[in-house]
Amino acid sequence: MKYKSQKVAYMFFALSIVLLLLQIVYGFIMGFAHAGFDGLHDFIPFNTATATHKNLLVVWLLSGFMGAAYYIIPEESQRELVSVPLAKLQFWSLAAVGVTAVIGFHFNWWEGRKFLEIPRPLDYLVVVNVLLFLGIILVTLFKGKEKTTTAMVLAMGLFFAALLYLPGMVWFDNQSVDSFFRWWVVHLWVEGVWELIMGGILAFLLIKLTGVDRELIEKWLYVIVGLTFLSGILGTGHHYYYIGAPKYWLMVGGIFSALEPLAFLGMALFALAMYRKGEKNHPNKIALYWTLGSAIVSFAGAGLLGIAHTIPSVNIWTHGTLITAMHGHLAFWGAYAMIVIAIITYAMPLMTGRKLYDRPAAHYAFWLSNIGMIGMTTAFAAAGVAQVYLERKVGMSFMDAQKAIEVHFWILIGAATLFTIGIIYYAVNFFQHGLPTDEALVKE
Amino acid sequence: MFFLGGTVVFFLVFLVLSANTLSSGIPRQTHADKVSQAVIDGKILFDENNCMGCHTILGEGAYYAPELTKVVDRRGAGFIKAVLTSKQPWTLSGRKMVAYGFNDKEASDLIAFFTWIGEIDLNGFPPEPDLKK
Ligand code: HEC
Ligand code: HEM
Ligand code: HEM
Ligand SMILES: [Fe+2]
Repeated sequence: MKYKSQKVAYMFFALSIVLLLLQIVYGFIMGFAHAGFDGLHDFIPFNTATATHKNLLVVWLLSGFMGAAYYIIPEESQRELVSVPLAKLQFWSLAAVGVTAVIGFHFNWWEGRKFLEIPRPLDYLVVVNVLLFLGIILVTLFKGKEKTTTAMVLAMGLFFAALLYLPGMVWFDNQSVDSFFRWWVVHLWVEGVWELIMGGILAFLLIKLTGVDRELIEKWLYVIVGLTFLSGILGTGHHYYYIGAPKYWLMVGGIFSALEPLAFLGMALFALAMYRKGEKNHPNKIALYWTLGSAIVSFAGAGLLGIAHTIPSVNIWTHGTLITAMHGHLAFWGAYAMIVIAIITYAMPLMTGRKLYDRPAAHYAFWLSNIGMIGMTTAFAAAGVAQVYLERKVGMSFMDAQKAIEVHFWILIGAATLFTIGIIYYAVNFFQHGLPTDEALVKE
Repeated sequence: MFFLGGTVVFFLVFLVLSANTLSSGIPRQTHADKVSQAVIDGKILFDENNCMGCHTILGEGAYYAPELTKVVDRRGAGFIKAVLTSKQPWTLSGRKMVAYGFNDKEASDLIAFFTWIGEIDLNGFPPEPDLKK
């Protein structure tokens, strides 16, 4: 750590870990409900559990991105953050809005729009919060000595992510129009601007961990950003096939979304190439595992499992089934959860001065969570294929098909247990680092 | 430069297609003139209670409870009214719905909403089961 103000990142990272653990609890509630045990129905019905699961995911990832920005931007622009008290205020308001939203979900206070369930009044607070965050980051960046490509890509990603929150805040009477704009948020986030955030963090980590020249890494980054936008914008069309929008989206969305995996392939090849080229003498090996893992698993989850159902003639069968849940889990895990965990794993020893990276617990965390998540994805895949076959092909009723696939949710719960043990190892290791301290400052 | 130019071009294409979709495509395929006050009130109820947190509609939502796009064709208005007005958690299979106990007006607004949804031209979704005996 080179700047005192980088320490604020810790609060955001800690919040991320806590909310991840909470998200998992709600995942289990849904897993059991699918397996036939909905004992909590009267207190936490499925729609509460799912809204909480998805929004906690989004909030902990955003918290992780913000922490990453507070850590990376000072280092890249070579100056302290412009204001630490404001950053702390921003942290507490983020935590307060997140907690209020989640409590509200338990009292029927929400909007029934998947991923955007946060009710309107809280949306305005989110906007204020994010403006404050962007203000701190952008002013720091522009007052800084350097404006590196890495920092600019990260900042641009954060800025556009904020901008794209707005279309999700408008009410439409027509369900199809509502859905149309919901995708401007959801799709253009995960298959557009969040990829810039991921790319920025990935580039930063590779520069630090492999020792390869910044110039070379940033060239790759540029290509990845290009591929993302070339395919991702018109790729939005893969959500417009069957919602009451014109047929030309089948062509446009089909072609461009089929190209989207290239950006993820680019990231995987890039990370591996830099790893091979690099010196391999950075002591924090486990951070490198998470970094490379993120690049590779995102290609599997978003790229391969994305293309598996993005062609219109396939999607007409799989649209809105557990196949989507299969893809959603591995894609979010690989691309965004793992990159957040990677930056946390990299930053913690540097912020606290405690070098806990050789511990077996750190390795258990990595392997158990990844093996568990791959198992969960497989369980969703089996359930999804069976659902599509029974319900859509053979014409069994929805509920009969659900009964027939209950068994896969026991497998899901088993794999999720492995995953959770991994995450608990991670959380314990995280908190054993203790608090960040100025004693960890280094001059370079 | 290639990337920047390409991005700008594709972004403009996206905006043009979106404008066309919103101004003529969706209004035609969804019969926008049939969006009555009852349909809107039904959508508000659907939204306020987060029905999408269990069900899918137009193939979007959660995968826990039946797809509702064609529910009127499948079940008819009387059945749906029974589901919506039930004071006990509705269940045929053991998997429970929230007991909303809607009144008659609310139930008929939601049915109007589902009727309108069911008539949207969805480019062939949901597909006919092709292996059905
Ligand atoms: C906690 C999850 C949950 C929520 C929330 C929920 N439902 Fe349901 N709903 C179900 C389940 C499960 C069934 C099927 C029960 C069965 O057949 O065993 C169902 C059945 C239905 C049916 C009959 C469908 C059919 O084909 O049999 C309709 C209509 C319906 N729900 C409408 C709604 C509306 C409208 C809302 C919001 C106001 C809503 N549901 C909220 C779980 C839910
Ligand atoms: C990291 C990147 C990605 C993440 C996090 C992600 C996540 C998700 C999620 C959560 C959904 C469900 C959304 C909803 O119903 O609201 C979804 C849907 C979908 N995704 Fe992705 N995705 C990513 C990349 C991709 C890519 C690259 C492709 C294509 C190659 C793709 C293809 C699809 C398709 C076709 C659907 C619609 C499924 C349906 O019809 O039900 N995704 N994605
Ligand atoms: C470990 C325990 C977990 C379990 C048991 C679990 C289980 C589930 C279940 C049952 C659903 C609902 C599917 C439906 O709509 O019926 C769901 C949705 C979802 N979960 Fe998880 N989950 C877990 C962890 C995670 C993690 C770590 C992530 C992110 C990295 C995640 C991301 C998602 C997403 C994006 C959805 C929405 C998917 C969609 O609708 O397409 N989950 N989860
Ligand atoms: Fe998408």
